[in-house]
Amino acid sequence: MLSIEDATVRFGERAVLDAVDLDVAEHEIVCVLGPSGSGKSTLLRAVAGLQPLDAGRVLLGGADQAGVPVHRRGVGLMFQDHQLFPQRDVGGNVAFGLRMRGARKAERAERVGELLDLVGLPGAERRSVAALSGGEQQRVALARALAPSPRLLMLDEPLGQLDRGLRERLVVELRQLFGRLGTTVLAVTHDQGEAFALADRLVVMRDGRIAQSGAPADVWARPASEFVARFLGFDNIVAARVTGAVAQTAWGKVPVPDGSPEGERRLLVRPGGVRLVEEGPAWTVESRTFRGSQVVVRLRPAEGPDLEAELPLREAPEEGARVGVEFRVEDVVVLGDDGP
Amino acid sequence: MRRDLKGDATRLGLMALPVAFFGVFFAWPVVSIVDRGLRPDGAWRFGRIGETLSRPDILDVLGFTVWQALASTGLTLLVALPGAYVFARFDFPGKGVLRAVVTVPFVLPTVLVGTAFLALVGRNGLTDELWGLRLDTSVWAILLAHVFFNYAVVVRTVGGLWSQLDPRQEEAARVLGASRWRAWRTVTLPALAPSVAAAALMVFLFTFTSFGVVQILGGDQYSTLEAEIYRQTARLLDLSTAAVLTLVQFAAVGAILGVHAWTVRRRETALRLVAPERTARRPRGAGQWTLLAGVLLSVALLILLPLGVLVERSFAGPHGYGLGYYRALGSLDESGTFLVPPLEAIGNSLRYAVAATAIAVLIGGLAAAALTRRAGRLVRGFDALLMLPLGVSAVTVGFGFLITLDEPPLDLRASWILVPLAQALVGVPFVVRMMLPVLRAVDERLREAAAVLGASPWRAWREVDLPMVRRALLIAAGFAFAVSLGEFGATVFIARPDRPTLPVAVARLLGRPGELNYGQAMALSTILMVVCAVSLLLLERLRTDRTSGEF
Repeated sequence: MLSIEDATVRFGERAVLDAVDLDVAEHEIVCVLGPSGSGKSTLLRAVAGLQPLDAGRVLLGGADQAGVPVHRRGVGLMFQDHQLFPQRDVGGNVAFGLRMRGARKAERAERVGELLDLVGLPGAERRSVAALSGGEQQRVALARALAPSPRLLMLDEPLGQLDRGLRERLVVELRQLFGRLGTTVLAVTHDQGEAFALADRLVVMRDGRIAQSGAPADVWARPASEFVARFLGFDNIVAARVTGAVAQTAWGKVPVPDGSPEGERRLLVRPGGVRLVEEGPAWTVESRTFRGSQVVVRLRPAEGPDLEAELPLREAPEEGARVGVEFRVEDVVVLGDDGP
Repeated sequence: MRRDLKGDATRLGLMALPVAFFGVFFAWPVVSIVDRGLRPDGAWRFGRIGETLSRPDILDVLGFTVWQALASTGLTLLVALPGAYVFARFDFPGKGVLRAVVTVPFVLPTVLVGTAFLALVGRNGLTDELWGLRLDTSVWAILLAHVFFNYAVVVRTVGGLWSQLDPRQEEAARVLGASRWRAWRTVTLPALAPSVAAAALMVFLFTFTSFGVVQILGGDQYSTLEAEIYRQTARLLDLSTAAVLTLVQFAAVGAILGVHAWTVRRRETALRLVAPERTARRPRGAGQWTLLAGVLLSVALLILLPLGVLVERSFAGPHGYGLGYYRALGSLDESGTFLVPPLEAIGNSLRYAVAATAIAVLIGGLAAAALTRRAGRLVRGFDALLMLPLGVSAVTVGFGFLITLDEPPLDLRASWILVPLAQALVGVPFVVRMMLPVLRAVDERLREAAAVLGASPWRAWREVDLPMVRRALLIAAGFAFAVSLGEFGATVFIARPDRPTLPVAVARLLGRPGELNYGQAMALSTILMVVCAVSLLLLERLRTDRTSGEF
């Protein structure tokens, strides 16, 4: 459906997009995840035609979009802060794209009603957009973007401005809605929770390049690099020398999965893969943080960086206790380089 | 990069017509006059610039011009900024009428403003009769007349934006611990600064080039550049001195505009604009009522009183009050002052003003649209160019029309369009100045949102920008119309004797001695005032009727 080939955008000397390649298949929901300034919004603007490319190309349905102006690309874009037209009411906003395509009045009214039902705002046509709450504006913006049935819907931080509870509910609604409609979606966000809940496929960006791409579960299980691992919130990272099935680290010997690359590497241990044992008490319990039924325990070794362990509530030791540590091989990841 | 080129092409396309218009109807006539003045016999005489500028009488004129313009601008801001606030934020009965009332003085012929003040504070004027107070021998009469004349510039320019500023911004500052004054100073004032600067600039330009007012109230004692240019051109036929003074005025105005463009550029921000109906409310508390009362009083004393005296004189015949002067306007007198009954000037003025407004809105609208996009140096130069007609002597422009547009391919001397063209020239800067801040305040991403939804650039402009600027457009059109109605300096040179406009007819009447002519001038001026007031009231109607249109 969408192919981005070698897309490059420079602002002065800085490459905001640096030779990005990305494909989105029909009906697929792809989420671009990255810290602010990683170029993810620029990517959307480039696909929409709002940002000219310095190199590379964008293809939609196989057709090169160079020279195709924004309004002829037939894509939808939901802006970060919605950008609803203040001088039009809700119905006027949703109908805008249909009018631009020359739809008849009756047809428009029907479709607007349909979409407002779909986003859970039935009968809101005559309301003023200024009087809407953040969540409602969000829904109107979505209805407006969906109304002309774009072949590709792009979302820029779709839930960025909403409070957490609403966000979690809406992200589930969105995924169900897109699944039902078969919409092809390219979304960008800096919120991992949102990305994991929404996406069929995740693309992690850093400094204008793609750091990793894959199914959410795979990315979660095997972060490709220290950057991706840290961005996903993993901090148990240590320098290691990998030989065969064992890595030598400041935390002692750590087993690694078969086929891991050897040599001087960075090693990730997921907190769930840390088990506390009786023997060899070389670690001190620094702090405990409660996360639902789990407790994250911060452990300080004799030397080397701190280690986080995620334990069931009943197994958590007291602060200040001295414990030994073992690592489960399936929660250990040997990280690749941070890219070229 | 391709898109940038395309954007440039669009911009150049938008600029083409305004540039052509200014080239043919402004630059050419003015350059021709300067050429005649400084190259009378085929050789440049630049030495004349130095000679002229070292004459003590010319230096006096220069010094006085600058001084009185500064003083007038300061005084106008002092009096009119509270007025702008009251019009923007308070809702009170009769606001629409009052807004029209304060605007009327601006469009009155300058000669007439001078006369009204002479009638008020001059010899045998109202204050002279009551208290023996005369100001026409001091500079105060000129300054007061300038405030009278420019009050609306500040109220319209600053108040227009002020009424659309979101008051919640100020409330946010208050909640954060700022006092009322501090909140205004740190939140509202910076947002208003570009429009205050624009208004101050306009007032400065108008008073810098002040002509009619100074002519009447300054006597032999005070003379501005423009008055001097007129004297040199029309009375002494000394084109070379007039050319030098035109150049000086040009240079001074150019410098002021440069400074202005610089300050505005530093302040350009996208503002949060809201519907003005939502920001105005009834005054609350003693302070606000006092402020409202103070503004109403200043309007009454400064604006209504001179106009009242004017109207009173139009009815005050030698044998008591009556319509004698008005009746006399409908017929030709024997003195040969007119070729047609003076009353026909009403129709002429309206026709010319409609045509001039159409031209000014077209040219100014295109220019403003071109200037909205991110500005390069070229575009900024273009911005300044558009302002020049405000600062260049209307006398020079009018006289320039006569000597340049009189031969093929452009022989317009016999054409009626000549007058609207000259008037539009003065109207365009208003249209641009009023459209630009609002156009620039439209969030670029709203246009992007429209584009993504399938709107072509032109459609996006129509769907997004136009509804938001419709109000500013109407205000600008109203101003262009009003300015055309009142334009005098250029029109007086080019209006045909059988088709006088109202201000020209008034001036011709005032130029004749005798009570009947004086009274007729007052009557005709009163009619002009009514025409202006009615037009502006209609505009007020239009502005409020129009809510957000759907489909």
